[in-house]
Amino acid sequence: MWPGRAGHGFVAAYTLLLIAFGVVPTVYAVYFAFTNAGDTFAGLSNFTAAASDFRFVPAITHIGLYLVFWLVSLVVFVVGLSLVLHRLAARPLSKVLRFVYYIPGALAGAASVMVWLFMLDPAVSPAGFLLRGLGYDTFAQVIAPGHLPILLTIIAFWTGAGGWIVVMYGALNNIPHDMIEAARIDGANAWQIARRIQIPLLRKWIVYMAILAFAGGTQLFVEPELLSQASNGVAGRDYSLNQLSYDFAFQNNNVNTAAAISVELLVIGLVVASVFVTRSGFFDAD
Amino acid sequence: MPTDLRRPPVPIYLREGARTTRGTRGRRRIPNPLAAILLLFFLLFFVVPVLWLVLAATKTDDQLISGNPLSFGSWHGLRANWDALTAYQGDTVFLWLRNSALYAFLALVITLAVAVPTGYALAMTEFRGRRTLLVATLIVMLMPSATLVVPLFLEINAVHLIGSMWSIILPYSFYPFGVFLTYIYFSTALPRDLLDAARLDGCSEFGVFRRVALPLAIPVVALVGFFSFVANWTNYFLPYVLLPQSDQFPVQVGLGTLLDNVPQFNPTAGTAAVERPELALATLLAITPVLLVFLFSQRFLVAGMLAGATKE
Repeated sequence: MWPGRAGHGFVAAYTLLLIAFGVVPTVYAVYFAFTNAGDTFAGLSNFTAAASDFRFVPAITHIGLYLVFWLVSLVVFVVGLSLVLHRLAARPLSKVLRFVYYIPGALAGAASVMVWLFMLDPAVSPAGFLLRGLGYDTFAQVIAPGHLPILLTIIAFWTGAGGWIVVMYGALNNIPHDMIEAARIDGANAWQIARRIQIPLLRKWIVYMAILAFAGGTQLFVEPELLSQASNGVAGRDYSLNQLSYDFAFQNNNVNTAAAISVELLVIGLVVASVFVTRSGFFDAD
Repeated sequence: MPTDLRRPPVPIYLREGARTTRGTRGRRRIPNPLAAILLLFFLLFFVVPVLWLVLAATKTDDQLISGNPLSFGSWHGLRANWDALTAYQGDTVFLWLRNSALYAFLALVITLAVAVPTGYALAMTEFRGRRTLLVATLIVMLMPSATLVVPLFLEINAVHLIGSMWSIILPYSFYPFGVFLTYIYFSTALPRDLLDAARLDGCSEFGVFRRVALPLAIPVVALVGFFSFVANWTNYFLPYVLLPQSDQFPVQVGLGTLLDNVPQFNPTAGTAAVERPELALATLLAITPVLLVFLFSQRFLVAGMLAGATKE
């Protein structure tokens, strides 16, 4: 380590970007959240205004429900699939499957919603027979608001799971084979090895995944926004908190309440982040 | 700024890593039927929608409804959809694609120019404020960035930059995850002795970085570039809020505009009606660059992983 100005030179540009697009917007959000339209201090009134809005509690409920489905499915299926792929005797097959599972990741954002608009329309979907079998004959029936937590989970899982499977697979590879071999000699079967050795050793990665997925889930925007566009209002424009914040800012011209919602989301994100940094030991220098 | 937290960032030392530590001895050769069904089900789940999308672009709207969902339409149909799509508001689709390419590429260049030296300095040098910068980066990296979109709008509005392409590109360029990745890479994979040797040979600090550290960091540079490009190309919320005009939209936001003009999804769609197969084709065009980057970087990424894995 050497002291110096060189270090500052290397980080100067990044520091500027960090201030401009990390620190300043955060400060700005806090400022707006605690002032009113006349730029005077408003205490918590923007927060109570947001909380007492008739759309606020439903939006929180929606996000909460979605997060439950999304996190459970992610942990169960990603860990399950990774373990199965890892045990697969045919290595090339395992590799091909991992890559194929990874492909929908290229369809992140609006593209994935477009695909699923079609997949969820019984008239054109290749799974139309399934949807009709479940009693849904029209697109509007399929995307009824009550179904959205599951549908949004499917979309998110479809685009995101493949990448996590690759990560988990890599983490499984890093478990020393001797350990698995020893357990096998002691008579452990596949299930016992997974439960007693592999899953505990993956714990750090599972926590990492769950926390990033949680933070990502709270900022849902494009999926419900486009679904509501496509369903002509069957799914509302105020489904998620970010949509609500957007609506306050640009439909109601109430940037202060919009900022209050942003600040709440930031606080959630910050709490999750700090829990993660301090408790998981993930960033401990290695 | 645009880290999509649903998508997993893959640390360099994972992925395909340490394959040598495990053998194949003692594995069961008979596949478990339950496992096979699970793998097959998810294979269909991940593949069929992509396959459907590709095929849909070759059909007419009638074929989409009446035909087998997984059948090929015709080359003629593909041509007709292409013509109809490109005729939409006179080449707007290409304009959107060009915008996406411009934003994602410029942001990529800035991201790399900014993030790699920063990661290097954080890992290999000591300077005042280093710890603060590191902690701030970790926090911002994990903070849900979409929640900053509305405040970012207010900030950019305050400096009268709404509508400028830099209002998109500069926030894209701020990529703390890239800094984190390069920081991890330099602090785990680059021996300090190497730098000291170069310094003894008379290299300046910048020379050490450019001649020694940077060439060794190619895998992580590619990885950061890959994630940054994909994240920026697929971002929706920020340009949706910040760009007022259709001719400035990137293709992601453009898809939303097209969706608005599909009568089956929006009965009030006006005269600029868009047929569903055209929307499918537009989606296909929108994802092609990302798909290509995926395919080409596959090998390179795996090689990068192995380089890091030897550390374990």
